[in-house]
Formats: sequence, structure tokens, C-alpha cells
Amino acid sequence: MIDFASLIEQTDKTTKTNQKVKALDDFFKHASDKDKVWAIALFSSRRPKRAIKTSSLRGFAAELANIPLWLFEESYHIVGDLAETIALIVPETHHKNLSLKLTLSDIIEEIIDLKNLSEQDQKKYLFDRWSSLNYYSRFVFNKLITGGFRIGVSQRLMTKSLANVTGIDKDIIAYQIMGDWKPSEISFKDLILSPKKESLIYKPYPFYLAHAIDVKLENLGDCSHWIYENKWDGIRAQLIKRSNEVMLWSRGGELISSQFPEIIEMGNMIENGTVIDGEILPFNNGNIGSFNDLQKRLGRKNVTKKTVNNNPTILKAYDLLEHNHSDIRIKSYANRREALNKLVLDVNHPNLDISDFHEIKNWEDVVTAHSLARSKNSEGLMIKNKNAVYKVGRKKGDWWKWKVDPLTIDAVLTYAMRGHGRRANLFTDYTFGLWRIKNDEKKELVTFAKAYSGLTDKEFKKVDAFIKKNTLERFGPVRSVQPQLVFEIAFEGIAPSSRHKSGFAVRFPRILRWRIDKSINEANSINDLENLLHV
Amino acid sequence: MRVSLLEFNINGIYCPQADTYIDAWRPVDRVIISHGHADHSKYGHKKYLTHHFNVPIVKHRLGKVNIEGKSWGERFTINGVHFSLHPAGHVIGSSQVKIEYKGEVWVYSGDYKRENDGISTPFELVKCHTFITECTFGIPAFSWKNQNEVMEEINQFWNECKLLNQTAIVFAYSLGKAQRLIANLNLDIGKIYTHAAVENLNEVIRTYKNLPETYKITRETKKEELLGNLVIAPPSTHGSSWLKKMVPYVTSSASGWMTFRGARRRRAIDRGFVLSDHVDWKDLVKTIRETEAENIVCTHGYKEIFSKYLNEIGYNAFIENTPFEENELLVEND
Ligand SMILES: [Zn+2]
Repeated sequence: MIDFASLIEQTDKTTKTNQKVKALDDFFKHASDKDKVWAIALFSSRRPKRAIKTSSLRGFAAELANIPLWLFEESYHIVGDLAETIALIVPETHHKNLSLKLTLSDIIEEIIDLKNLSEQDQKKYLFDRWSSLNYYSRFVFNKLITGGFRIGVSQRLMTKSLANVTGIDKDIIAYQIMGDWKPSEISFKDLILSPKKESLIYKPYPFYLAHAIDVKLENLGDCSHWIYENKWDGIRAQLIKRSNEVMLWSRGGELISSQFPEIIEMGNMIENGTVIDGEILPFNNGNIGSFNDLQKRLGRKNVTKKTVNNNPTILKAYDLLEHNHSDIRIKSYANRREALNKLVLDVNHPNLDISDFHEIKNWEDVVTAHSLARSKNSEGLMIKNKNAVYKVGRKKGDWWKWKVDPLTIDAVLTYAMRGHGRRANLFTDYTFGLWRIKNDEKKELVTFAKAYSGLTDKEFKKVDAFIKKNTLERFGPVRSVQPQLVFEIAFEGIAPSSRHKSGFAVRFPRILRWRIDKSINEANSINDLENLLHV
Repeated sequence: MRVSLLEFNINGIYCPQADTYIDAWRPVDRVIISHGHADHSKYGHKKYLTHHFNVPIVKHRLGKVNIEGKSWGERFTINGVHFSLHPAGHVIGSSQVKIEYKGEVWVYSGDYKRENDGISTPFELVKCHTFITECTFGIPAFSWKNQNEVMEEINQFWNECKLLNQTAIVFAYSLGKAQRLIANLNLDIGKIYTHAAVENLNEVIRTYKNLPETYKITRETKKEELLGNLVIAPPSTHGSSWLKKMVPYVTSSASGWMTFRGARRRRAIDRGFVLSDHVDWKDLVKTIRETEAENIVCTHGYKEIFSKYLNEIGYNAFIENTPFEENELLVEND
């Protein structure tokens, strides 16, 4: 445990990639195989199931620190992370080293077993561990319990380090750690060193992700080497058909087959030894819908026929990664695309569509297409090199994404909440309203979005001072604010929504700038927002 | 009608009986200054009273002002009100202000810490009926390690930089934190270079207090001579062109806010050291208990949370607003 905690401490201490990788190398060189597998699991978002309620954790921590629960909660709100709060608040004791001999896998096994203990025994166990671990071990221990193990080590860095230590190519390692495997049931050998053939049939390939374009189109060279296609805002996924089994994997590494039975059904029509990279999109009456429609399908465990009928989806195929049982990622994009085209025609199924594909005669065509993208409900263009192989992860050079410009609207600040961490004493989380004309011709402000990024520290400070002086009412951490400040809010997309007060859901709202020049009467209305639907 | 010994008005912390202010934030006739940080020693008052050690600092900052120095514990009486200054341990020359009138004692803490930092006169406990306390770090998530441990961490960081032939940069407030580092770091490792803002204060302080030798960075300073050495600079230089000549360098910050894992990352600093010139939670609670005060006035920091807690454990706690905190979180001048 101590070596894993010090790995986290080392990677926390530096912002430099090569030093993080060096710390990882040290860990992977010395850790037991069992600990290695668990570390790989943790760094690739496979954490043990939460074995204890966070409300119990908070109560126990407050009790050990001898403070009232509300004070713990206030501190938690300021620190912003539960594992960190507990690690900071429980008192340092001096009978340390007690837990030092425990390995990472020992601790994880204990944590998994926690669910079988009575609340009293859980408490006793936690008090024991909290009192006998040093700060970083305590923090990591809490992270293991609370989950969400997002720590300054990306999957990419871990893959790189495993490649350093084992001598296996990093792309092969990236592939081997994809898919559904259980850290408690697999050995380091079976996972990384020499995986069994059968285990590979379930694995998707690592996704190739585009970079936002940061060069002039003309600088991409001869335009005839490139194509463009529309970029869709759905769920990026791989459809796999191997050994008569069909699987659908999301980019986040989740198996989502059960949520999209109509796509699985279509997958049955495909030959074995096929992997398609595509986007799951809402598709109603022949039109591509908005992400909001798709949200109705996500998070549902049981998808009924009715759900499928009301909110049908298709797979828009972008690429073909495996064909006739062989990995064709090293073939050129043009080649893969040709094979994909033939496959989609052969399957000829309403739930499988192929992405558009446009040769480029001159770069102006791309600019025109970009300006039309929003009207097609697409979120921009993808520009791809015909000769490109299918790479691993986000890489520059051959795939570029060019998103449409965000939509913007001027809205009034109506509510504010305190930020986290260093900004905990400042009001930095804002709610914005737009005007609606009521029946009696009077105007009211209706909430349309929340945003908490986009201002400089200086601006946040000014807005914070304004909020503190112009608070109307307090509701716990939230304050209603005298409507007076106007901000330009940018967002990626808009869709009608009955779940939102304004009647519309907007995607990725953020503050573009503070409109000091505008009074609240010049802010936009819900009608203006609705008009953006048709832009 | 009984008048409160001290009240908070739009100009500052006011003693009506003595017609005297403490740390006034608007120009007044007579003010007692707790310490030299900018938000406590403002320009424009007619008459300043402060500790001898703070006089040169205030003069350095504000130029020609009518200022009188007092010794620790020296009693001065204004219209029947007895005042005296007592060490607050926050920065050199920082004091608590004791106010006594007809047997009633109030103490205004200013900014303070309990640990002896080796450069400021150590904190002296003053018993009182009403204690006006700062609570910059007034939640239980803040708990300082002892100074030696933190200095060891910084020494180690310096050594690592030296090994890689890089310049170690520590961002620290020019008054207080900078001298604390200079007085405590291991100068066997190398030389300490300073930003002009830091060195100017060093020079002022050296007129009455020993401080190890430091080297001001000037236009003539070559980047080669900085390699392997340590540079102390105010936080405002982070990201400025001034830093450019020090490449290759590694940045760090010494501040109580570095307690939060996210703080270093958010500020894009390579390393964070938890070192504060304010009291942490346990020392805050301990100090309040030891003053034996019944009434506690909380200013500056997490005052709502802290006063609520004090009320729960049996104190008579209030909050008062001061403009001190306006800058606190963003410039991090602890
Ligand atoms: Zn101060």
C-alpha cells in the first residue's frame, strides 16, 4: 500500500509527464503481480464496488475528528473532494506503520469485504486504518473506498509505463487492457504478458480520437489527399461481431449492448470477425435527432420495445477496424473505408448507416460545408487523411475535428453558489436567466443554464463582491441575486426539453464574457433562444 | 448607555472612547497598525502608532508618514483607555493590540500564528474578555506540520533542482514568508537570490535584525549563476516575463492554501509546500481557549463557519466584516 500511495504522491508532486512515467516505472518494476493488476484496474477506471455508504463515511470521519457533522460537511464543500477531506480532517496519530506491511491488494480485499460487516465493525475498521496510515496512504485508501479514482495518472501514461517495463508495444498493451476483465480474477500474465486467445474476442480496439484543428486548411497540403465528413454528437462506439457474439462498447470502455437492442439485432447480420467504429445516433422519422433524445436511452437498464420505438437509434459507421478476422487498422483509411462501404451495402439494414464521405476539390468547399453543418444537426466536420492508419488515442496529424462555432446568447445572472477549493470563499457557480413575457405583458427571468467557467480570476472576484452585496435570499449554499449583471453565454447545441424550466436543454454552456456594456433589459429572451433551434 | 469598547465602522475598527482606530481601511486621524501587510497598513492616516519593528516597514511602503514606534508591552493611554502591543508571531513586527478600559480587556489579534518562525517575535498569549480573531484557515481541514519538516521538504526540493542544474523558484509573499524562508533554509545547498520587491524589504529589516545574505536579481544577473540556486519571488511574478531569464527553472509555492491537492494544479505550479503565517484550526481553537475570552469576534476568512462552531461549543461568537479578505484568496498573501 505504501508503495502505491507514494506512487500517487510522486505523480502528484510533478506536472511533468516523464517524471510521472518514471514514478510509474518504479512502481511496476517492484510491485507484486497482484498489485500490478489492481493498479492497472484503478488507472483504467475499474474500481472495486463501493462497499460502504458515503453518509456513513462522513459520519465516522466527523466522529473520529471530534467535530459536528455539519462542520465536516462545510469543510467537505470547501475542499471539494471527500477522500481528501477525510484524509485532512482525521487526526494524525503516532502508532503509524501498523498498516505499512499491507499491500495494495490486501487493502482492496479488505475494502471489498467491508460490505459484509456490521456498521459498528465497519466503523472500527475505518478508525483503525485512518489512524495507522500516513496522509497520502490515508488519502489513497479513501479514494479506493469512495471510487472515482481520478488521479493525475492517465490511462495513456500507465500504458506507456507498462510498455517501458515489459518491452511490449504500447498499442498492444492499450488493446489488452480494453474490455471487460476483473482484477480479482485475472493474473498479470494473462492480462498483459501473454493473454489467452479466448479473452481477446471480447476486446474492442483503443479508439482513435481527432485533435481540434489548429492549422490553416491550406497548410494541410494537397487537398486531394483528404476527405471530410460530418461530425455527429452521439455516443462513439465499437460494434463487435466475433464467435457469433455481438457486443457494443462505448468510448468510455463500457459495454452498452443492453441499452441498444436494435443495434445488437443488426449486428447479428454481420459476418464474424468484424469491428465497426461508429456513432450511435437518435434517428426519428428519417432525421438525426439531438443528444437530448439519446439521453432518454442512456442510463436505462431495461430497454423495452416501446422505448426503442419511441426513440429509435442507428449506428453511423465511420470506420472498419477488423475485417474477415484480421486487424486492418494498419491499412490506409481509403482502403478501410472501401471495405466498410461494401459491408454496409451488403448488410443493408435500417439501423446501420454509413457516414458521409466527401472528396475535397478545393479547401473552400470545406469552409462552405462547415458553415452548413449546424443546419444538418451535425456538430462540425471531421477532416481525414486518406492514407492514415487507425491510430491509438488522441493524435495530431491525420484526423482533425473542426467544430461549428458555439451558439451564444446574453443572459442575466440570477443565482450564485460558492466554488470549491481555493475559490471556496468566492461565488463562482452561476445560474443564468432569460426573459419571458407573461400573460399580463410583464417580463420575468426564467432559468436557462448554469455555468462556472469562462471568467478570469479578476472578474470572478468582482462578480463575487457584487453577489455578496446584492444577495436577495439564501437557500443553503445558494443565493438569489439582484438581477443586474449580463453575461454572454456560449453553448454547443440546443434541443427542446420538458425537463427544463425554459423548455430547452443546452449543451456545454459556459461564460464567454461579461457584458458590462449591457443592461438587463437588453438581455435575450426565451423566444430568442428558441430561434437558435433553427439556425 | 454603554458603548462597546471597539466597533467596526466604515473606516475601520474604532475605539470611540479613545477616538482611535486599529488597521483603518479609510483615512483617519489616529490609527494603530497591527502589521505591515498592505491591507492592514493603508496610506493617508494623520498619525500612525505601531511596533518599533514595523516602523521602518511602514515607512518603506508608505513613504513619509507621521509614525511613532512602541515596544512590546509598553502601555500608552488615550483618554483613559490603555493600549499595548503584544507579539502576534505573524511576520516581523506584527502585533496584537490589547485595549483596556475600566477593567474590561479586549484583544485584537491582527494576523497571527503560534509557531516560532525564527524571525518574528513569537506569539504572546494575552488573556482578555473579548478576543477579535482572524480565521483565515478556520476549518478543520487545515493542520500545519512543524516548520522544520516543511523546511526540510523545501531543502530537498532545492537539492533536487541543483542536481538537475535547474533554478529552484519559490513564490512567497515579500514581507514575512520570504524572510522566514531565508532565515530557515539550508544555505549550504547554495545561494538565495531574490526579486527586488523581496530584497528591498530584506534591506529594511536588516537594519535591526540579522538575516542571512541574499542576492538581488538585477539586469546584470546571468542565468548561469542562478542554476542550482534558489530564487524567492512574490506570487505576482508567476507567469511574468521576469521569470523567463531563469530557464530552466522549477516553480513552487509556500502557502497554507497548498493544503489542497488541487491548488497547485490550478495555479500551474510544479510543487506546493504547506507553510502559513496564520494559525491552523487546532491553534485557532487552542488560542481562543487560552485567552479565556467569553466573547469572540471573528473576522477575515471562514468566519461564518468558525463562529457557528464557537457558538456551539459555548462561546459568545460574532462575525464582523472587514475588507481584509477581499484580496486574501486571490493574492494568497498568507
Ligand atoms: Zn498579514
